[in-house]
Amino acid sequence: MDEIPYTIKAREDSGLYNAKLGIWLFLSSEVMLFGALFSTYIILRIGSVDWPLGSSILHVHLGALNTLILISSSITMIMAWVSLKQKKFDTFRLFQGATILLTLVFLGIKLSEYSAKFHHHLYPSHSTFMAIYFTLTGVHALHILGGLVVNSYNLGPGSKMWKTNPEQFTNRIEISGLYWHFVDLVWLFLFPVLYLT
Amino acid sequence: MSESHSHDLPFWRKYIFSTDHKMIGLQYGLTALCFLLFGFSLMLLMRWELANPETAIPFIGKFLGESFSPMTPDAYNELGAMHGTIMVFLAIVPLVVGAFGNYVVPLQIGAPDMAFPKLNMASYWAYFVGGVVMFASFFIPDGAAKSGWTSYAPLSVLSIGQGQTFWLLGMVFLITSSLLGSINIITTIFQLRAKGLTFMRLPFFVWAQLVTNFLLLLAFPPLEAAGILQLMDRLAHTSFFMPSGLVISGQPLEGYSGGGSVLLWQHLFWFLAHPEVYVLILPAIGIIAEILANNIRKPLWGYYSMVWASIALGFLSFVVWAHHMYLTGMGTAISSFFQATTMIISIPSVIILTCLFISLWGGSIRINTPMLFALAFLPMFGIGGLTGLPLGLSSPDIHLHDTYYVIAHFHYIVAPGTIFAIFAGIYFWFPKVTGRRMNELLGHLHFWPSLFLMNCIFIPMFTQGMMGMSRRLYDGGMQYAHVQGVLNLHGMILYSAIGLAIFQLPFIINLLWSIFKGPKVTSDNPWDATTLEWSTPTPPPHGNFSHEPIVYRGPYEYSVPGASKDFVPQDQEVVK
Ligand code: HEM
Ligand SMILES: [Cu+2]
Repeated sequence: MDEIPYTIKAREDSGLYNAKLGIWLFLSSEVMLFGALFSTYIILRIGSVDWPLGSSILHVHLGALNTLILISSSITMIMAWVSLKQKKFDTFRLFQGATILLTLVFLGIKLSEYSAKFHHHLYPSHSTFMAIYFTLTGVHALHILGGLVVNSYNLGPGSKMWKTNPEQFTNRIEISGLYWHFVDLVWLFLFPVLYLT
Repeated sequence: MSESHSHDLPFWRKYIFSTDHKMIGLQYGLTALCFLLFGFSLMLLMRWELANPETAIPFIGKFLGESFSPMTPDAYNELGAMHGTIMVFLAIVPLVVGAFGNYVVPLQIGAPDMAFPKLNMASYWAYFVGGVVMFASFFIPDGAAKSGWTSYAPLSVLSIGQGQTFWLLGMVFLITSSLLGSINIITTIFQLRAKGLTFMRLPFFVWAQLVTNFLLLLAFPPLEAAGILQLMDRLAHTSFFMPSGLVISGQPLEGYSGGGSVLLWQHLFWFLAHPEVYVLILPAIGIIAEILANNIRKPLWGYYSMVWASIALGFLSFVVWAHHMYLTGMGTAISSFFQATTMIISIPSVIILTCLFISLWGGSIRINTPMLFALAFLPMFGIGGLTGLPLGLSSPDIHLHDTYYVIAHFHYIVAPGTIFAIFAGIYFWFPKVTGRRMNELLGHLHFWPSLFLMNCIFIPMFTQGMMGMSRRLYDGGMQYAHVQGVLNLHGMILYSAIGLAIFQLPFIINLLWSIFKGPKVTSDNPWDATTLEWSTPTPPPHGNFSHEPIVYRGPYEYSVPGASKDFVPQDQEVVK
C-alpha cells in the first residue's frame, strides 16, 4: 500500500476528495479567526462612548468600488474553474488572469486608502476605531495576498499540471476558488461594518 | 514494494524533511520530550526559589547568570511564564497530538499515510520554528516573556524588553502548526478509513483524536486573533487591551489612545485555553482506553457512551471558558451561565471515567508497565477532575481562585494524568515502533517512585491553596501572615520534585537502551491486541500495510466466546 486514496476522486460516503474536505476545514477555522476579530469590534464599540461613524472617516466610494471589484473577481474565478471543467484551457487562462488583475486593482485601492490615512496622521494608535479598521482590513488584505500568490502560481508554473493531470489541476482551481469566495465573503461583512455604520 | 521506495530516499529526505507520518510522529515525539525535560528543569529552579527564597542555587546558580544568583523576581516570572507555555504548547500538545496522533492514527484506521503528507511536514517544521523562537527568547536582553502563560493584558502589553513579542511570534508559529496538523488528522480520519471501518468500529483513541483535533481547529484561531491584536498593541501602540486612564506607578500612561478592554484579552484567551485543556486530556484518555482494553482482555464497558461523551465534551468545552474569570467582575448573570455549563460539562467527564473504571470489573487483568501507568491514571485524573468542581462554582472560587489549589487541580490532570498516559503510550507502542521491548524492571523502577512523588508534590499544594497561598509569588508567600503555617511544605515539594527528576532516569536509560539493545519481539502483535496497527509489519514500512486491510468487527473483541484465542483482530474475517 503506497498510494494515498481519494486525492482526486471523491470517497463515496463523504462525497469529497481529500483536499476539498481539507479546505472546508481550513475555512471553518478562518471563520473562527475572523469571528474573533469581529467580536473584538463589537466589544470595543459597545464599550466606547464616542465611536465614530465609519463613513465620516473612511472613503465609502472607494470601499464600494472595492466591493464590486471583489465580487467580479469571484465571478471570474468561477468562470476559470468552469472553463477547465469544459476542457477549455485558454478560456481558463483568460479568466484566471482577469481574477489576478482585479485582485491587483483591489490591493492598489486599499493601499491608496491606507496612505491617505497615514497622510492625515490617522495611524492605528490614533483610536480603537482606527486600530480595528487597520487590523481587520490588514488581516483581510494578507488573505487577499495569499490568494494572489496561489492564483498566480496556478496560472504560471502550476498550470503545467494541466498536461499531466488535468483532473487534479481542475480540483486545485476549485479549492483555490472556494478559498477566494470565502475571502470575498469576509469583505462583504467588513465593508458595511467598517464603512457604513 | 514499499520497502524499496523508502530505501531510495537520501538521508535528509528520510529523517529530516520526511513526509512519512511515522517519521514525523517520531520527530514530534523526540522534540517534545526534550521540551518536556526543559520545562521540568525550569520548574525545578522555581521550586528551589520557593523553598529557599533569595538564596543562590548551589552549584548551578553561578552558571545561570546574575539574575539567578540569587533569583530576581523578574527571573522567577520569566521561568513561570515559560514553564507553562513550554509544557502546554511545546511539550504536551505536540506529544499527544503531534507524536501519538501522527504515528498511531493512520495505523489504527488502516491508512498508508496521512491525507496530506507535505502539510504534515510543514506542520512539524512550523512547530520547530515556534519552539526555536520561544527558546531563543531566553537569550535576548531582558529575557523571555514574564507575564504568565496566560499573558494577561495590560501587564503583557507593557512588559519591558522583547520577550513578550517573541512569545507572541512563537505562538503564531505554534498555532499555525496545530492548524495544519488538525486539518490533516481530521481529513485522514474521515477519508482514509479502511474498508469496513465504520465510525462506531473506530478504536476509542481515534475518536479522542478526532474530537481533539476539532478543538484545535476551531479554538486556536481566536487565540491567533488575540495574538495579532496584542502584537498590534505592543508594536503599533494600538489600544485593544489598553483601557482609558491607565496609571502606572503614579504616572498616567502616555502613548496609548485608551478605550480598549482588558477583559477582551481574557475572553479571547480562555475561549482557546479551556478547549485546550481538553486537548491535553482527551488524547490521553484515548491512550489509556487502548491500553486498558488490551490488558483487561475484554471489551471496554460503555464504548458508545464514551464516544458520545467525548463528542459532548467537545461541544461543551466551547461554552465554559469564563469559569476562569469569576473574579473579574463580569457580573453575576454571566457567572451563573458559566457555572451551569461547567457543572454540565463535568457529566461527560464523569461518564468517561466511570466507563473506564467499570471496564476493570471482571477483567482478567494483565499487569505490565503500560498497564500500571494506565491504572494510576484513573484515580489521578479523578482527583484532578473532582477538584475542578469547587472551582467551577463562583462562591468557593472566590477563595480558591489564583491560589495553589488551582495549580494542584490542573497539575493532577496533566502531570500524573496526561504525562502518565504519555509514558504508558510509549511503553505500549514501543515494540511496534522499534521491534524491541522495553525493560519491565526499569519500568517498575520508573513507575512506583513517580506515582508516589507526584502525589507528594501536588497534595501539599491543595493544602497551601486552601490556606490562601497565592500562585505566582516569587518568594512563595513569605510575607503573608495567613500562610506561615504551610510555608514549610515548600521544602517537601522541592525534595519530591528533585526525587521525581532522579526517578525519570530509569525511563531515559530504558528508552535509549531498548532502542538499540532491547530484546527483539517475535511477533507483529506482541500484546495480543485487536486493533489494526498490530497487523502491520514491525516496524511498519513506508506505506504501512503489506496488503490492504479490511475490517470486519469492532475494536475490542477480546475473549469472544467460541474463539480459540482470547482476542479477535479487527481484520480477521471469521472467528475461529
Ligand atoms: C470536569 C472537570 C473540570 C472542571 C469543573 C474544571 C474547572 C476549572 C475551573 C473553574 C478553573 C478556574 C479556577 C480559577 O482560576 O479560579 C480551572 C482551572 C484550570 N483547569 Fe480545570 N476543570 C476541569 C477539568 C480540567 C481538565 C480536564 C484540565 C486539563 C488539563 C483542566 C485544566 C485546567 C487548567 C490548566 C487550569 C488553570 C489555568 C490557569 O489559571 O492558569 N481542568 N478548572
Ligand atoms: Cu476551564
